[in-house]
Amino acid sequence: MQIDNNQLLRFTTAGSVDDGKSTLIGRLLFDSKSIFEDQLESVSNTSAKKGHDGVDLALFTDGLKDERAQGITIDVAYRYFTTPKRKFIIADTPGHIQYTRNMVTGASTANAAVILIDARHGVIEQTKRHSFIASLLNIPHLIVCINKMDLVEYSEEVYNSIIAQFEEFSSKLLMKDVRFIPISALLGDNVVNRSKNMEWYQNGTLLSTLENLHISSDINKIDARFAVQTVLRPQTEEFRDYRGYAGRIASGIYRVGDEVAVLPSGFTSKIRSINAGEQEVKEAYAPMSISITLEDDIDVSRGDMIVKKNNQPEQEQEFDVMLCWLNNDAIKPRAKYTIMHTSNEERAIIKEVVYKMDINTFERDSEDSNLEMNDIARVKIRTTRRLMLDSYRDNRNTGSIILIDENTNETVAAGMIV
Amino acid sequence: MSKYYLNYLDELESEAIYILREVWAQFENPVILFSGGKDSILVTHLAKKAFYPSKIPFALMHVDTGHNFPETIQFRDDLVESLGVKLIVGSVQESIDQGRVAEEKGKNATRNALQITTLLDAIETNKVDCAIGGGRRDEEKARAKERFFSHRDDFGQWDPKNQRPELWNLLNGKHFEGEHFRAFPISNWTEMDVWNYIKRENISIPSLYFAHEREVVFRSNSWIPISEYLKLEEGEKVEKKKIRFRTLGDITITGGIESDADTLEKIVLEVSAMRKTERGDRSDDKRSETAMEDRKKQGYF
Repeated sequence: MQIDNNQLLRFTTAGSVDDGKSTLIGRLLFDSKSIFEDQLESVSNTSAKKGHDGVDLALFTDGLKDERAQGITIDVAYRYFTTPKRKFIIADTPGHIQYTRNMVTGASTANAAVILIDARHGVIEQTKRHSFIASLLNIPHLIVCINKMDLVEYSEEVYNSIIAQFEEFSSKLLMKDVRFIPISALLGDNVVNRSKNMEWYQNGTLLSTLENLHISSDINKIDARFAVQTVLRPQTEEFRDYRGYAGRIASGIYRVGDEVAVLPSGFTSKIRSINAGEQEVKEAYAPMSISITLEDDIDVSRGDMIVKKNNQPEQEQEFDVMLCWLNNDAIKPRAKYTIMHTSNEERAIIKEVVYKMDINTFERDSEDSNLEMNDIARVKIRTTRRLMLDSYRDNRNTGSIILIDENTNETVAAGMIV
Repeated sequence: MSKYYLNYLDELESEAIYILREVWAQFENPVILFSGGKDSILVTHLAKKAFYPSKIPFALMHVDTGHNFPETIQFRDDLVESLGVKLIVGSVQESIDQGRVAEEKGKNATRNALQITTLLDAIETNKVDCAIGGGRRDEEKARAKERFFSHRDDFGQWDPKNQRPELWNLLNGKHFEGEHFRAFPISNWTEMDVWNYIKRENISIPSLYFAHEREVVFRSNSWIPISEYLKLEEGEKVEKKKIRFRTLGDITITGGIESDADTLEKIVLEVSAMRKTERGDRSDDKRSETAMEDRKKQGYF
């Protein structure tokens, strides 16, 4: 299989057991021939033991003991498949209400979100919740699959009325690219193979849509941002004075000779060399991992950011964030947290909860300032030192933060800079 | 604008290098868990890239079951020498001799589960706070739930239901004294990706992965190599076959497949036509549906 120039597409699937999400993933894997014989054998045996007719496709995504016992997904599970066009990573996340945190996690790195709607029920609260999270996390592409079309006699009218319902509520959300596909995951209509039951649908199947999404421009190529992870100082005979700044380009393009500024110090210099592994290169772009050397001897360390002299991020000590609370322990007023942002780490306090979001109605509540697991709110954060930041809408890598509880070391919240 | 995007192998490489550098930046004393298999060889290769022109700043840690392919040990020692890194060996035999663990009995006895104690002992005595592994999420359903940075409590245990959420590229490696982390830089690689990359980079791997003649016995649906540790059952017949191994582990439980693939090109072709997962030939995973999950919770790789 010749796939050398193929891109990697990460997508997340949201939906609950009843939507047929597991069946859909099983169908994608099965029809794209990504299931191995021993997996098929094991699933066939389990299907037979449970008394199911034929092979229960949903079992391909079965996970841990408790999940199998309860028939639910507890955590984000990752699945992989490759077609002649692309490699895919699925972040399979549970849909029920208490697991917003997992949906946010799976969505954070996704190029696309696949949302499932049961054709018999149309848009429900859960659909709104999933769409809201996809929009909040700024997932570039949204694919809405209207599933179980076989149970509504493959009706175009039902399909059109669900699209209308979706468009009505989603007008309040910021979304760039939304597509609708009528499918039956159980029977395979329009998942990998085109359905013979819905001649009225002219666009691509789910797989061909995923294969053809334009994702090259999902990463910001304009604003060059490079956070230093670590400094390479080999101190060998051959590389006596070598100081390489190692990191992964968050966005933009860097070239040898570029005039750059090192933040927060503000010192300027020029790029002398760029290395990708042992290879010296003339230019590099996101999301490459590289190391950079500069013409001048400046003090640079982990947490610093190397940017273009004429295009710099904001430097703020106080800023607004859309925060998703991820921990069983509720927010503590005035408590201090460790904040991680790019390769930088500071201490932070949440100064104020501006409003809490009701993710079912998209209404704002500025009275309620208590944040518990799965709550989403706009907050004001103050840090001990300035951070070099962009808004999340402009840059997912330099616009995102997490908060860590200093008593437990747990990641308690994820935030998107407004 | 010309093409400013990475192909999937470059993107996986870049992600793995990012994770390896985060490990180095966030931990005091990280090691690479090195089994001599292709995945840990790949991780070592990526570490070389991540820190070039510096040396790899991690020691390699090998949990030695005592039941090795001699080729694996030779390969390990050569690699350690060429990289100039430190090698730490945790010996299962020593754990047995010290009475820390007891050898399993019966026909399918292996030292697989015994490795857990040796591994955790080696982590503790060497004050390792992060053990970098070649685990991949596509290998097994319990591994599909792993984080890049995976927390282990002070008993070395994994609690899959209570993992730290991992968002964007922000990796939280904070831990208390006595706890440690496992880091999995090649989480998102599949077996096919690993082989395609090994071929592209021409990474050297043990000869066992290439088709060769060997004395074997057919057991639990695969060809188990004859070695001094293997007890033949009645009715079992030693045969000479041209085989190769898809994974390398303890010699007593690693089954080979019949194959003519004696070059990387042929292996890539063979793997892409494969209809069975690579762990399908590992009897340690066949014990029960949750064999891997149970071992992982206790501290397995």
